[in-house]
Amino acid sequence: MKIVLITEQRDAKWNKVSFETLAAAQQIAQQTKGSLTGVVVGKGVAALADELAAYQLDEVLLVEHDLLAAYTPDGFSISLREVVERTKPDLVLLPHTYQVRDFAPKLAASMQKGMIGDCIAYRHENGRLIFVRQMFQGRTAADVVFVGDSPWIASFQAGAFRADLAAKSASGKAPVKSVSVDIKPEQIRTKPLELFREAKQAVDLTQAPILVSVGRGIKAPENIAMAEKLAKLMGGEISASRPICDEGWLPMERQIGSSGQTVAPKLYLALGISGAIQHVVGMKGSRTIAAINKDANAPIFEVADYGIVGDLFEVVPALIEELEKGS
Amino acid sequence: MKIGVCVKQVPAKDAPLAIVDGGAWIRESDIGFETNEPDTYALEEALRLKEKHGGEVVAISMGPERAKQTIKEALAKGAERGIHIADSEFYKLDPLTSARSLAVAIQNENFDLILTGLQSDDQGFGQTGVLLAELLGRPHATIIMSIEVTDGRMKLKRELEAGWFQWVELPLPAVITIQSGINKPRYATLKGIMAAKKKEIATIDRASLGVPDSRTEQVERIYVPQKSKKTEFITGSPKETAAKLLEKLRHEARVL
Repeated sequence: MKIVLITEQRDAKWNKVSFETLAAAQQIAQQTKGSLTGVVVGKGVAALADELAAYQLDEVLLVEHDLLAAYTPDGFSISLREVVERTKPDLVLLPHTYQVRDFAPKLAASMQKGMIGDCIAYRHENGRLIFVRQMFQGRTAADVVFVGDSPWIASFQAGAFRADLAAKSASGKAPVKSVSVDIKPEQIRTKPLELFREAKQAVDLTQAPILVSVGRGIKAPENIAMAEKLAKLMGGEISASRPICDEGWLPMERQIGSSGQTVAPKLYLALGISGAIQHVVGMKGSRTIAAINKDANAPIFEVADYGIVGDLFEVVPALIEELEKGS
Repeated sequence: MKIGVCVKQVPAKDAPLAIVDGGAWIRESDIGFETNEPDTYALEEALRLKEKHGGEVVAISMGPERAKQTIKEALAKGAERGIHIADSEFYKLDPLTSARSLAVAIQNENFDLILTGLQSDDQGFGQTGVLLAELLGRPHATIIMSIEVTDGRMKLKRELEAGWFQWVELPLPAVITIQSGINKPRYATLKGIMAAKKKEIATIDRASLGVPDSRTEQVERIYVPQKSKKTEFITGSPKETAAKLLEKLRHEARVL
């Protein structure tokens, strides 16, 4: 199977999920006895193409254009369509980033193709590729297959594969080829303006050894204090899933998940967090995960080492009492 | 401003999910349905834009008969009228066929702006807005946290990962997908609910749109995922579970 991997960078810095998807692409290429082409898109990114060429792949395509210096959905889908139509791959793989969500379905539809996005795994069975993605916010998984002619387009969720398993080349660097694409300024309808950060990042949750994290199950803002007290007694910080920060019950800088921070503390205690995909990608690397949730089927229990199915309003006060007794 | 907002009806958040034999879909009898939460933010944003700039809001939903309830809720909150694209087996469609059907059904409406939620809480493909833009030949932007409209152009705050944002400008007409949390969705008032009874819902049979089911991908089966970790469940009274958990965290995991 001929595979094209489209990597992602911004201001010549990698989006590291690219290397997780590279690991997946290498594996599929090997299992299907196929080839792998890496693609780097942007402007002034030749050094990145060179870096990518040190990995085990057959070639690297460097797609540079003034109009690709800043990301736009029009610029990226027009130029990548050109690349895909010229390279004629069977499978196009991308990391499932916010940027990929923004342009990859458009790229696929512009070629009358579908995209299977946000996959967490794949299986290669009897010569067929089956993609696994989550549905119902992680409460079910689904096997999805492509129908019809290639190219097929799929993206893998952050954390689905390990970047450190992406193999370096054993026999020198892969060739880097510059590919010119034809884009005109009038084809780009979006005007990208400045990038900025809002939260002042007063707390760096990535450095906290213990996080006590609250989700919808905490029910009301006045109940946050109880979780804060528990965090303090455990020597940790408080964090939250997105809905809690959306409600303004905790500041945005305390949000864990794809739109917030990615953390890997030694202990992550999830209180009333169902475990939607967007949250789990931000914390599943934690050394130990404990979860308290009233729903025994909550997806958080799929990643938890210890689980208590129960009412957090009963268990948390009991935890506080035990900890106070102990100290 | 003429604004179309796509709203989907999905199983209620706390609905127990049972998978039908063979894993084709979930058992829909006996469970409650509700408006997809991300779409409630898109609807609210549409209503606010209308209140500021004038015009109308049209709520569009594809799905079986029950999906009308989601349109009625949008009408009760202040949308002017609804379009229901009826398909009793909507769940079988792939994202591209769904978007093609939507595009054909609404192309003559000539909306200035189409809003969708970020993704649906059931299938979660998260592609409808982007595909609709491509099929209708409109520019788009996704995961938007604020919209300012001036003289036929929009300035949008687009959310990126890890706390980053970006301003982007876009001409109208366009398609925008809304990030959850952009606003506080309103509740329907009694007056709104009464007024909604007089509002029009146009029903279009999806089969009449002439969009063939030329699917590009197929869900073979859905199933309860295998656990990636073996969870040790701690049982007992709250006091007992608390004590046992602390014991395990201290002496087994050694993280306390």
